[in-house]
Amino acid sequence: MDILIATAIVAGIGLVCAVMLVLAAKFFAVEEDETEKQIRECLPGANCGACGYAGCDGYAKALAADKETKSLKANLCIPGGDAAAREISAILGVEFEDVVEQVAVIHCYGDCEHTAHKMDYVGIRTCEAVKTMYGGDGKCTYGCIGLGDCVKVCPQEAICIENGMAHIDTRKCIGCGLCAKACPRGIISIMDDVERVLVTCNNKDKGAVARQKCSNGCIGCKKCEKNCPTGAIKVVDNLATIDYSLCTKCELCAENCPVGCILVSDFNGIHNAKKD
Amino acid sequence: MKGLIIILMTSVLVNNYVLVRFLGICPFLGVSKKLNQAFGMGVAVTFVMLMATAATYPIYSYLLEPNGLGYMRTIVFILVIAALVQLVEIILKKYIPALHASLGIYLPLITTNCAVLGVTINNINDGYNFLESMVSSVGCGLGFLLAMVLFAGVRSRLEEADPPAAFRGLPITLVSASIVALSFMGFSGLVNGLFGA
Repeated sequence: MDILIATAIVAGIGLVCAVMLVLAAKFFAVEEDETEKQIRECLPGANCGACGYAGCDGYAKALAADKETKSLKANLCIPGGDAAAREISAILGVEFEDVVEQVAVIHCYGDCEHTAHKMDYVGIRTCEAVKTMYGGDGKCTYGCIGLGDCVKVCPQEAICIENGMAHIDTRKCIGCGLCAKACPRGIISIMDDVERVLVTCNNKDKGAVARQKCSNGCIGCKKCEKNCPTGAIKVVDNLATIDYSLCTKCELCAENCPVGCILVSDFNGIHNAKKD
Repeated sequence: MKGLIIILMTSVLVNNYVLVRFLGICPFLGVSKKLNQAFGMGVAVTFVMLMATAATYPIYSYLLEPNGLGYMRTIVFILVIAALVQLVEIILKKYIPALHASLGIYLPLITTNCAVLGVTINNINDGYNFLESMVSSVGCGLGFLLAMVLFAGVRSRLEEADPPAAFRGLPITLVSASIVALSFMGFSGLVNGLFGA
């Protein structure tokens, strides 16, 4: 008899809980937008914020909320590239627009062969911390510190530290821009992956000073500026800067640079890189 | 009144659930990496402990005890707490989405948190009445919150420390957790000293 009462009471409590939960699920149900869920599944989930929203959920929500007016562009996701934009366009019924894929590039080539340390740093091993000590342990106070704050944030493992400075393998880069935000020097920038030339220096010292610090440093000689047929490259603050909207990719600047700090390469990101 | 204050002090400091009774170690180690997360988890646990005590105490005293089913309390309490947490989650999602978004990921974790079950069962074992049980569960929740926040602070220091390779990660976390637990032994005579009880 006892066992029957025990069973009945415990089962009764379980039943009451179950009924309560079922009722609650019914009465307090929150309607979830199907479109939002579908769009969220197309996005890569890197939560990088390159689209301008707080993570992939934020962008999916904004797109779903905007499906009547269709004023929000469906091609803002750079890590997702064309594939994600195509799927989202299909869901929302808008016309597909090409995504300009972007890659991260480093405006520095101060590795151990080109520049040197001015002191031995012992302490917290992050670029952010080293930077607070007399502008860093390297001779150049503008260049890469090489302790890999960018490596830690990269979701693609596209960055490695080699020979004392960071290198980005653009073939793995999705252009999320997390490294550019993490770099305390601000020497990483995000550019369209169709570009071909890059100034690999960030030193704004006068020519002679820059020369002493790093054999790859821009000395501000303005040779590139004089040779450029479209006026795309300008020396500002003793540092060559390229306006990519004018650049015709003729590579004349790189050929004439006396220190060789202008790099020519194809900076194809993960979406356009030739598969080996 | 004095009795309630003694219960509160005892449950927050002297019998701290995490650091003295070693219940709820899983979230203590898992969610204490960042201060704001630790705080969120602590608040969520305090809330659930209070709700769970409010639900299980009447069930025990009016349903289980009169029928001589006191020995079934562990199973019944697990059942009730799990259902209760689910219910709270559904209601929060509907009416306070902001709170749901911040507590949301912790609530399901709490379902199987042994500290919550421990509080409800210990309240019965200690022979508390309803009011005393509620005070005790608030105290235990605050004690959990205190332990989480303290340890989050310790861990943020650990992040910057440079221990030998063999100690990196979980080992040094466990060592520092035990040292924090040791420090709580200093509270053991507190209630006797303050109230002479």
